[in-house]
Amino acid sequence: MDLNFTEREQAFRAECRAWLTANVPGPEIGSGDTREGFAAHIAWEKKLHADRWAVVSWPEAYGGRGASLIEWLIFEEEYYLAGAPSRVTQNGIFLLAPALFEYGTDEQKARMLKPMAAAEFTWAQAWSEPNAGSDLANQSARAVRVEGGWRLTGQKTWATRGAFCDGIYGLFRTDPEARRHKGLTYFLVTLDSPGVTVRPVERLDGDEGFAEVFLEDVFVPDRDVLGEVDRGWYVAMTTTNSERGLTLRSPGRFLAAAHRLKALYQRMGDGDPLLRDRVVRAWMDAQAYRDYTFQTVARMLDGHSIGAESSLNKIFWSEMDIRLHEAAMELLGESAELDTESWNRGYQFSLAGPIYAGTNEIQRNLVAERVLGLPRWPQRGGKK
Amino acid sequence: MRFAFTDDQITLRDGVRELLKGACPPAVVRETWEAGGVLPAALTGALAESGVAAVLVPEDFDGLGMTASELAPLIEEAGYAAVPGLLLETAAVAAPVLARVGGVPAERWLPGIASGELSVALGLAGTALVAGADQASLLLLEREGHLYATTRDRVSLTPEQSADHTRRLFQVDYTPDPDDLLGGPELTALALDAAAIASAAFLNGLARRMLDMSVDYVKVREQFGRPVGSFQAVKHHLADALMHLEFARPAVWRAAWTLSTGGERALQASMAKARASDAADLAGRKALQVHGAIGYTTECDLHHWLKRSWALRRAFGGAAWHRARVAEHLLT
Repeated sequence: MDLNFTEREQAFRAECRAWLTANVPGPEIGSGDTREGFAAHIAWEKKLHADRWAVVSWPEAYGGRGASLIEWLIFEEEYYLAGAPSRVTQNGIFLLAPALFEYGTDEQKARMLKPMAAAEFTWAQAWSEPNAGSDLANQSARAVRVEGGWRLTGQKTWATRGAFCDGIYGLFRTDPEARRHKGLTYFLVTLDSPGVTVRPVERLDGDEGFAEVFLEDVFVPDRDVLGEVDRGWYVAMTTTNSERGLTLRSPGRFLAAAHRLKALYQRMGDGDPLLRDRVVRAWMDAQAYRDYTFQTVARMLDGHSIGAESSLNKIFWSEMDIRLHEAAMELLGESAELDTESWNRGYQFSLAGPIYAGTNEIQRNLVAERVLGLPRWPQRGGKK
Repeated sequence: MRFAFTDDQITLRDGVRELLKGACPPAVVRETWEAGGVLPAALTGALAESGVAAVLVPEDFDGLGMTASELAPLIEEAGYAAVPGLLLETAAVAAPVLARVGGVPAERWLPGIASGELSVALGLAGTALVAGADQASLLLLEREGHLYATTRDRVSLTPEQSADHTRRLFQVDYTPDPDDLLGGPELTALALDAAAIASAAFLNGLARRMLDMSVDYVKVREQFGRPVGSFQAVKHHLADALMHLEFARPAVWRAAWTLSTGGERALQASMAKARASDAADLAGRKALQVHGAIGYTTECDLHHWLKRSWALRRAFGGAAWHRARVAEHLLT
């Protein structure tokens, strides 16, 4: 147990802070989930990449710094504390990239990772289908073998920033006889391919950050299959574990939000003891999430996989995020209603947390069944 | 930054876990309850043999000279077994306080603490009730911000009945004697923080056991032709209890670490105690709910863990008191 940062880690923090202080843009950058905002965010991503801050934990060969997991957490703390913009590249660099590193061929890694890090090619996640939400294995989009590749047909939905991105990744049924999570293959699909139609969907907060993606006989070459044919479910699990666990929501963003909440209370709290307690609870939650994450990282470095415990993580941060924003909205009083109020935007986004990346109901089932060992029911596949 | 116990720390913890499994099963907790809080001699002997009370005693006083990072997981194990008596007060509070004081009090008391022969009761500010006051060889009492060390023959005790019959509670009447003075506010702050951290660790152990009992029960209890643990409503209760527990534990490990390294000790102690108190509350409520009516009886072992958690949640500052202390640190 050594909770001091090493000299190297402290030096890394100082370097992050210095660069961010000099370079972070102001709030005029707007939301990354609108067309104009997305373009501004891409410009910011390119700047990050130029100075090798886009993907600090990646190997240097792909534009990273080979930073340790602890250093990555430090970068994230500094990033959000500096008020830097949300990462519109996140669903590529944090969710697709782990699967590429683990299952990608050398050719795929060489071709895809650098443009992803440089924000020259952006990726949207396309897991959900109209009838495959929480029941993700109920995928019905299909792929049919043709000369040199596959023909894809089906509908994907809730692809975040799908209206602005260059490609999607998703599962398609390659074995029509197989059921559930068997016979699925992980495809990478370029959105300007003939047969692809993207329809933006306006989210609760008014941004057109969602998209439905319709595929009609879309040709995808063999080189854009990730991992083995019919084994896509297991490739996808790499991503969903990253998403629930460490990489999607590092403690940094919540620590920064808790810090802003504290400042808001000091400005507007007027000594109200009930609001004070809510602020303290939210701040404490962010600290607890930080320590829990450091502990998780130590376990990973010791060779343990996180597995279903990543579900605990996901429930905690998503529900903490709502409490944190609710406390801020209470403090703001009537001005919380204003659409221009950044806490209001954040509040609306926080409400999505218990839904995306696997609903919290599903996460609680996973925790109960896979961590606590309670009996599965209903059994998967609808059997009794 | 490495947020993990060393192999040695884990080996030590596993040893104590095994020892307590044999020496303090639920039947022994029940036996202590029925004896009005008097520990069976075999348990007292096993606790002495465990060396838990020696962990924080410096080697010069026959102790192990280790840190609270070694001790905290052992206290959690004690909580898991609902070990009755004054282990927490003696091992986690009196030992470091007397080691800090040094001199005559350290020479007089620490070797006996290390050997497990003597136990210490603790009466800090804001607590009129002292657990185990008639069993302790030494009482550490806070009066007007100062900490005094005294013996049983120099206080007058009025018994009170705890809802947890393993805790012998007393009002302690003591007139401060300058000869007993150990130190001022700095020392009482150390005693309070150490007690808050240790009771938080103990609460996490209680919560972990209540959760384990619940998991075991809902796997075998059947209704509608299947185990009740297969119902999502029951699953979600227990998943919530586990989550709050698992986020309270690292908070305790960090707070324990600050005891030996300094830093924001009071802040971390308060965050740990607040989280552990709330997590034990939730675990207890969920455990009671999923046990159904059998949990609401004294025939079921659950009530021992539940009632100990009620007591320790409030001892050495409850969650609200500790959050107010965090607020002072944070917002002023």
